[in-house]
Amino acid sequence: MSYSDYEVVIGLEVHSELKTKTKIFCSCTTEFGGEPNTHCCPICTGMPGTLPKLNEKVVEYAIKAGLAMDCNINEFSKQDRKNYFYPDLPKAYQVSQYDLPLCYEGEIEIEVNGEMKKIRINRIHIEEDAGKLIHESGEGSIVDYNRCGVPLIEIVTEPDFRSSEDVRVFLEKLRTILLYADVSDCKMNEGSLRCDVNLSIRKKGETELGTRTEMKNMNSFNYAVKAIQYEAKRQIKVIENGDKVIQETRRWDESKGITVSMRSKEEAHDYRYFPEPDLMPIITSKERIEEIRSSLPEMPDSRVRRYVDEYKITEYDARLIAASRNMADYFEKAVIDVKNKKAVANWIITEIYSRLDEEQKEQAKIPFEPAVLTELVNLIEDGTISNSIGKKVFAECWETGKRPGEIVEEKGLKQISDDGQLQSLVKEVIDANPKAVNDYLSGKQAAIGALVGQMMKATKGKANPKMVNELLREAIGKLNN
Amino acid sequence: MDLIKMTAHELKDKLESKEISSVDITKSYIDRIDKVESSVNAYITLTTTQALARAEEIDDKRAKGETLGSLAGITIGIKDNMCTKGIKTTCASKMLEDFVPPYNATVIDKLNNEGAVLLGKLNMDEFAMGSSNENSYFHKTMNPWDLTRVPGGSSGGSAAAVAANEAVFTLGSDTGGSIRQPAHYCGVVGMKPTYGTVSRYGLVAFASSLDQIGPLTKDVEDMALVLNAITGYDKLDSSSYNKKYEDFSENLKKDIKGKKVALPKEYFSDGIQPEIKEKVIDVAKKLEELGAIVEEVSMNMTDLALPAYYLISSAEASSNLARYDGVKYGYRAKNYDNLVDLYKQTRDEGFGKEVKRRIMLGTYALSSGYYDAYYKKAQQVRTLIKNEFDKVFEKYDIILTPTGPSTAFKIGEKINNPIEMYMNDICTVPINIAGVPALSMNCGFDSNNMPIGVQFISKAFNESTILQMAYAYEQNRDLPNITPQI
Repeated sequence: MSYSDYEVVIGLEVHSELKTKTKIFCSCTTEFGGEPNTHCCPICTGMPGTLPKLNEKVVEYAIKAGLAMDCNINEFSKQDRKNYFYPDLPKAYQVSQYDLPLCYEGEIEIEVNGEMKKIRINRIHIEEDAGKLIHESGEGSIVDYNRCGVPLIEIVTEPDFRSSEDVRVFLEKLRTILLYADVSDCKMNEGSLRCDVNLSIRKKGETELGTRTEMKNMNSFNYAVKAIQYEAKRQIKVIENGDKVIQETRRWDESKGITVSMRSKEEAHDYRYFPEPDLMPIITSKERIEEIRSSLPEMPDSRVRRYVDEYKITEYDARLIAASRNMADYFEKAVIDVKNKKAVANWIITEIYSRLDEEQKEQAKIPFEPAVLTELVNLIEDGTISNSIGKKVFAECWETGKRPGEIVEEKGLKQISDDGQLQSLVKEVIDANPKAVNDYLSGKQAAIGALVGQMMKATKGKANPKMVNELLREAIGKLNN
Repeated sequence: MDLIKMTAHELKDKLESKEISSVDITKSYIDRIDKVESSVNAYITLTTTQALARAEEIDDKRAKGETLGSLAGITIGIKDNMCTKGIKTTCASKMLEDFVPPYNATVIDKLNNEGAVLLGKLNMDEFAMGSSNENSYFHKTMNPWDLTRVPGGSSGGSAAAVAANEAVFTLGSDTGGSIRQPAHYCGVVGMKPTYGTVSRYGLVAFASSLDQIGPLTKDVEDMALVLNAITGYDKLDSSSYNKKYEDFSENLKKDIKGKKVALPKEYFSDGIQPEIKEKVIDVAKKLEELGAIVEEVSMNMTDLALPAYYLISSAEASSNLARYDGVKYGYRAKNYDNLVDLYKQTRDEGFGKEVKRRIMLGTYALSSGYYDAYYKKAQQVRTLIKNEFDKVFEKYDIILTPTGPSTAFKIGEKINNPIEMYMNDICTVPINIAGVPALSMNCGFDSNNMPIGVQFISKAFNESTILQMAYAYEQNRDLPNITPQI
């Protein structure tokens, strides 16, 4: 037996922080950071007698996320208490949702190694985040309740993943969708997107699921991928040795690169879920659901199809642009008055992307309006400037924020397309470069390049390259006769 | 003029006509507390110094002609499970012995706005669990009618304080009868309004889906006055009902002719003390004399209410009381080995016997594998009981029953028999389960001269009908002229 005889089966529980201004049950800020215990009040610290009051925005955002993942929405939903003791949980229960989550049965399509694959979403529910324990030497542990009551959605998938690559692609797609829906900042380093991985293995061809382990709180896509790879191998080794996989919760130890057992099934909590009596059921009308649906922007998959069909750009390029909603929105504004939409896409993917890091791409941090790019592309399209001059103009726009037309005017960068003016230059260049001319005449097509270069040098790059090419060939052709 | 014997509405009249001052009232009450508190033990914390300052402030305002609230200068006591900013709120538990809330319960803000003067925080059964006040961590409160007997519970301090004239009125909380049963034992008026009528914000939770704050007063007119002050929608409480609340005083004195009264025979079973049955039947007769129509009905679900109540309330309590873990506030055990041990020691030392019993019962009822058989089943029973009440109220305005199966018992008599103690709630818990309003008031005395309560129940948000009926009865009842021992 070898690893390739086994199949890995993975399901995810992804927690994402919603970007509401205030917490789920009180008016404290959700802002990240802050001195310990400064973003909290009697309600989020669970003082005796306090009661939760549901933030309506949380419901709206969760439904929006659900709709973005093609989920059904429960018009009658409720919240439940999940009971367990831990110092970061001041009420000793977490308000979550048990049997009637806000969203259920959705799906996300991913492409892995050229194959399309559907990942089913089992459910999406809302819940409150817990606080943070800070372990400082000497002083024992202290608790920071700033995070308590920050609203989360938990997205639970079906066990539809078969590799760590599936998971990585899915998480990236999920992140894009949440950013598109504008319901979460998805900042991994602030813990606003993290996932639990349920993993089991089985012999290929088997239909029964194997015993699974759960790996908690992976707050980096890379950790998740590494943990999956390690854990799959570990389980296969266990089986190959004739042992059984134990159902347990494990933790990824990044420094050692291994997963470590935290607690077994026997030690697992009985959460004693029951309906939260302090909160009323969440009732959402069909009209309200449609209203939320209509507030969703066009999602990335749909945009990619449209860019390919209508704008005639490659699917690869379309995906690069649609990866960020901000960039896609920018692109769509920039192409409105341009015939050659592909040219706009090229500018974005080459010149703009090379100047931005990942986060800036995400936010489309471009120092000028889409109309500037439109203007630049049109100046090239109508022959006013050449493509290479265009790059210089682009750089200048980026630096100074000036309009392309203004730069072209100021610096006299207009392309020389005047036949007479170019004809006389052609003559000069041919006269001054007899070797290149001869090379060309003897069949070295590439030699024309040197002559074009001389033309450009003489015009400081402003000569219309297409015309220069034609005129040179024509003139040399005449020489041959 | 004996101010301590007067009702709130009588005092209001005298304050408004400037016959007396707020300071006069407060001083009379402080004197009274000095005199009888050592035998009654109704209070846990007294705030008499602040009370005098507050009374002076109100007198000043009155002198200046400023607009005053509806309870300006009226001296009150609050059950010690409602949060008072800067004043200890203990729930009569070692767990919260030194807990000082940083905020006021909504009812406290409302009473403050109306100008009420707080005399102190009242004794109760620990975390409102009990029917005798014997479960208080601090001390037992005595029944002012007979100091060897219990005042009832869990709002025993609230009922005893009104009966002993240690407050003009008090607030209690009622989860399964905790206002009405002590009102019955102490011969005062006590009401549990419709669930959702009075904000629970700041009421330390026992069983969230059943808890409701209500007043204990000297007469029915005061009940209407206090209800006007404390009812209303509160955006901080999601279970608070958003509607315009009526003026309860307005229709108080209306005729009750033609009102239909149901006597459910299940509330007059063999388990009820015969003298209680007699007196409640007398009330029905009196109402008939006043023009009401009285008919016997049957409510088959009645027997199921008590077990359903103990499952639901204990389940919710097990979760609500989990936060007392020694980490954030309240009691923390001195010696512990690790985190789990900290929890165990703190909760073992901080909670009393009855509280632990209910936490265990509730934890069990919610546990995986038992949920369906206990908690879920109890919730189904709850629906059946609600439906049964709805059905009766299709035909009747009021259901009339005894408030409890017996009158006040001797201190120590039932403390070692939880089941017998729980039976005290048999007439009151169905009302909390159904979420409807009910009032208990005195309708006579047993052979030991202990008060007997009659319970008026109506449909949700129909407090005004209860008050009308109770007022009509109060105006026409013939009670022997006996007063508390104290």
